[in-house]
Amino acid sequence: MRRFLLARLVQAGVVAVVVGTLCFVLMRVLPGDAAMRIAAGRYGPDAMIAGAAEKVRQELGLDQPWPVQFLEWLANLVRFDLGHSLVTGAPVIEELKVQLGASLWLAAAALLLSLLIGPAIGIVSGLRPNGWADRLGLAGSVTLRALPPFMLGLILMLVFAIWLGWLPPAGFGSWRELALPSLTLALGLAAVSSRVTREAIATVAKAPYFAFARHKGLPEAAVVRRHGLRNAAIPVVSYLGLQAIYLVEGVVVVESILAYPGIGHALVHAIVERDIPMVQGTALAMGLIFVAVTAGVDAASAWLDPRLRRA
Amino acid sequence: MSIETAFPSADRPRRLSARTIGAALLLALAAFAILGPWLIEADPARQDLGASLAPIGGAYLLGADHYGRSLLARLAHGARLSFGMAFLTMMTAALPGIFFGLVAAWRGGWIERMFELLANIVLALPGLMLVLLLLAFAPGNFGPLYLGLALTLWVEFYRVTRATTATILKQPHIEAAKLLGFGPGYILRNHVVPVIAPLIATLAAFAMATAIIAISTLSAISVGLQPPTPELGSMIVELLPYYAEAPVHVLLPAVLIFLLVLALQLVAQRETR
Repeated sequence: MRRFLLARLVQAGVVAVVVGTLCFVLMRVLPGDAAMRIAAGRYGPDAMIAGAAEKVRQELGLDQPWPVQFLEWLANLVRFDLGHSLVTGAPVIEELKVQLGASLWLAAAALLLSLLIGPAIGIVSGLRPNGWADRLGLAGSVTLRALPPFMLGLILMLVFAIWLGWLPPAGFGSWRELALPSLTLALGLAAVSSRVTREAIATVAKAPYFAFARHKGLPEAAVVRRHGLRNAAIPVVSYLGLQAIYLVEGVVVVESILAYPGIGHALVHAIVERDIPMVQGTALAMGLIFVAVTAGVDAASAWLDPRLRRA
Repeated sequence: MSIETAFPSADRPRRLSARTIGAALLLALAAFAILGPWLIEADPARQDLGASLAPIGGAYLLGADHYGRSLLARLAHGARLSFGMAFLTMMTAALPGIFFGLVAAWRGGWIERMFELLANIVLALPGLMLVLLLLAFAPGNFGPLYLGLALTLWVEFYRVTRATTATILKQPHIEAAKLLGFGPGYILRNHVVPVIAPLIATLAAFAMATAIIAISTLSAISVGLQPPTPELGSMIVELLPYYAEAPVHVLLPAVLIFLLVLALQLVAQRETR
């Protein structure tokens, strides 16, 4: 158990160094004068631009030699001092606090929704392999997996917001705005988890201990609940670790497409605006969310399967 | 194309049929992507504002977009771009991935540890995040997109090759072959390649599907290839505001992406359930 957590801590460190180094190099190699760009963004391109750029250069320390800047950069990262946004001038950490809340709501809602949809379909399909529910589940899963998340988001937007008019197409505020993006992600996640559950249930249903539980006279519901679910849950939960990748990538895409003001949306905007401190802050936050989800999956696997705890 | 080798000789009629459908679909799409831009004379960038949102079946076979550009030409060029770029990315990821995997399994020691470390560094972040960070260097350019995708995709090839080769090399018949004086080239050709080839073919199809999804997604969220390029993802987003007037026009590029990814995933079906 401790080994898992240590590995995840190391992973978090690697995430910080990779993101920090890439962003620092990015800052150095971008064509054009960063100070000039920032000054133009803040004050508008006019005749006084050169003077304004010089002031910006001094204010942000863009005139020092690069090894000094790099060490300072990493030291700041370790202290969670992420600097100020080059566009709005506000501290990155303040902006992240707002966006992080929005993104965490979205990720949690999507994960929860996918766990309601996927395993339920998987259990129904797995208890009767090759039955009509199984085939329908397979067809749905194959279709959903071939749809990139941005297309799925657009389709759901057309159906629920334009045709049916039940939900707002974009925005943030109540659960109504949360519904579309989280459903998009949940369907993508459930497409895989339903099949994993189906395989797991089918395997468990064939196992000798399952047959024994039936033969000793337990009612069917008790057999499934007591001997089926927990054993079948092991591969499903450990597969969630892989799905964390889909979740984090999906958050970026779906937030951008459905204009949901979270970290993914901010990351894409920061890249377009070349707001490097924001790119760094948002990428770091997304990376750490990814590490946290995987660590959570590790812990859940260890709780479900005592064999892992001894390792 | 190397994907052909993915066909299993085992008799599994249901799986095989899904694969056959996938392969047929893939062949048809590849033909459209390769022959289309060559046979269709229309320039995908030529605008004809008089024919804005021309309906399907008129002067333009598949209609025209809001600038009056031929949709058929744009779809063909978009398919070529997606397909070609996915293939190029897959090859760039597969060749070093397989090579490093073989070297790591063969030599072990510090070489293996170094590659493992490299793979773990790449895997610490979700793939798309790495691509996005590299794209920040030059948004809208082909180079960082290609580099980022290849950088994230090689790991899977490396890991599978290394793990499989390492198990093969430990088996007694390999030791016997070595004792009989057969060199590494012979062992590689006759004992390693036949086992890893189908796995690699499956991975290659998945890698291409991942690349196609990533390319279209990134241009749809406006950090990938930029609008004048006939790219399927950006075509969808460009045409979406005209959905009310021309719904089928929006659907065409979407269906093309869907079919491309579907064909690749069907071809990549695993034999075992």
